[in-house]
This record gives sequence, structure tokens and C-alpha cells, in this order.
Amino acid sequence: MSKFRKDGKKELPAISTASLPDIVFMLLFFFMVATTMREVDLNVNIMVPEANEVTKLEKKDLVSNIYVGVPMRKFQKNYGTLPRIQLNDQFATVEDIQSFIASERESRKEELRNKLTTSLKVDQYTKMGIITDIKQELRKASSLKLNYSTRQTAE
Amino acid sequence: MARKTPEINSSSMADIAFLLLIFFLVTTTMDVDTGIYKKLPAIPEDSSETPPKVKQRNVLSILVNRNNELLVNGEVLSISQLRDKTKEFFLNPTNSESLPEKAVKNVPYFGDVMVSKGLISLQNDRGTKYETYIRVQDELAAASRELKDEKSIQQWGKKYEELNEDQQDAVRKYVPVQISEAEPRNTGGK
Repeated sequence: MSKFRKDGKKELPAISTASLPDIVFMLLFFFMVATTMREVDLNVNIMVPEANEVTKLEKKDLVSNIYVGVPMRKFQKNYGTLPRIQLNDQFATVEDIQSFIASERESRKEELRNKLTTSLKVDQYTKMGIITDIKQELRKASSLKLNYSTRQTAE
Repeated sequence: MARKTPEINSSSMADIAFLLLIFFLVTTTMDVDTGIYKKLPAIPEDSSETPPKVKQRNVLSILVNRNNELLVNGEVLSISQLRDKTKEFFLNPTNSESLPEKAVKNVPYFGDVMVSKGLISLQNDRGTKYETYIRVQDELAAASRELKDEKSIQQWGKKYEELNEDQQDAVRKYVPVQISEAEPRNTGGK
């Protein structure tokens, strides 16, 4: 009586893959719920500074982003290595901010227009000069709600 | 008798789902935006209007230069000392002459209390690093939160964040932390 027959006559049944779609769909739904759409492709390198007293940015549809940082390698030939402003998908100057804010307002519903927040995503090594200019422009455009994007300090 | 419909072959279902999954993996991001909220002051309509005079003792002037060094009321401090300095400034526990005055004010829930008249004035150079600026803002926000927590724990035994809106409002009135940002000076260049 041998328990370990080497010449097994029974073939292993194929593993059923019927539940594979279900598993994948579960993953899919998880990612659909847990993530948000990428809005723009960044042309600048941004590493936002760390801070402790941060609040979560809610209502992402009411946030317009201004990115400031050193242009990425492939753009440095044309745009230099000084920090630049990026609005939507392209490089911009400080003068463009007012029209950017105006168009952001335009694209929102009337009753939500004064609830717009501007989120400044600025690289931590940027100098304050350019940020002050941006703040002045935002004041001129009377878009006064501002959020300095930061990372939560790792405990 | 109706013919049996043949079963639909669902072996490609997995492929379709995988395709969708990969599409979502590529086009979405997972990061949650966090940040420090600030409200910018509106541009005054009448520029000839003179700013209100504030007594010297009521102002905590914070200057940040282009080398990211701090000068707080004429004293060189490191950023880590700023929080305690700010708290001391607002609390003024010894009623010192050089720290801000207090005025009696009626605050809901608390009754008549002494409220500090202090004001923070923050000025940075154009050459200051953004990281330093955020750290200063962070320390000030932390000081403000600690002051508020202290008062709310004293009154309700709860942290400021856990209070309801009316209570938070009252605490805010009790501990008004005002930060005024001056236009930066341009000594450091761009």
C-alpha cells in the first residue's frame, strides 16, 4: 500500500478562472473610488515643503492650482532654470494670473464662483519674490482664498 | 420548446476588466491635497487711507531675511523658538509692560475676559526661501492652535477641533491671532 503513487493516473483539474473577472473588477472599483483624475501634466519639478498644521483640501472641483518650480530637464533649454509659473498645461508669467483666475471663475457655476480657492503648489527651494508677486496678482483679481500646498510631516 | 441560448463565453471578461484597471491606474492619482489655509487681505479701495496706528508693545514683528534668519522684535531667534515666543506674546502671563495690553471683552461662554490686543506682523525678503516661510507660518499656526486648545480644554475639557461651531467662534474671539503680512522688501534680489 503506497500512499505516494508516482505514476498518478488522475490529471490535475484546471484551476477555474471563472472568478478572475470578479477579482479584477473589485480592484478596478477600489481604484476608481480611491483615486482622482490627474488634471495636468507637470512641466515643473515640485517638491512641496512639509508642515504640521495642515488641513485637508476639500471640494477639489472648487480649487484652481498654480504651480511654481524649476522647469523639467526637457524644458530647460527653452525656459531656463529659474523657477517658473505653470498654469494649466503651459508656462505662464505673473501677468497671466488674472486672466487665469477669470477663466477659472467663468468655468464654474455662478453660485460657486466666490467659493473658489487657489492652491499654490510651490517647490520648497523657490524664493519668496515670485510668490509675493503671485499673491499681489491674486489680490488684484480678488481671489482671496489661498492654500499653500504642503506635505504632512512624517511623525 | 424554445431552443436553449448558448452561454456567452466570458473568458475575455477578465481581459476587459484588466484593461480598464490599467487605464485607471495610469490616469489617476492617489495623493490627497493638504495645505495651510490663508486668507489674503483685500486691496484697500482708498489707497490714501492710513493704516491704523498700533502701539509698539502690541506688535510682534517677525522679519525673515534672505539667509532665512529670523529677527523677532529685535532678537535673533531660531524657528523652533518661535512657537513659545508667540505664545508668551499672546498670553502675557506676567502683565509685563513690554508685552501686549489686554482689554476686557465679553465673549460668549466665557463671560468677561481679558483679551490680548496683540498682532503679529510678518515681513519677509524677496530672497527668503519658500520652505522657511512655510515653516514660520506653520509655527505660528501651531502656536495659535495650542492657545486655542488650552482655552477650550479649560472650558469644556475638549480640544478646539472637537468643539461645535459656536464654541469655536467663542474661542476664536477669546484668542484672536491676527497675522498681518507686510509687503516684502527687496534687499536680497530675486
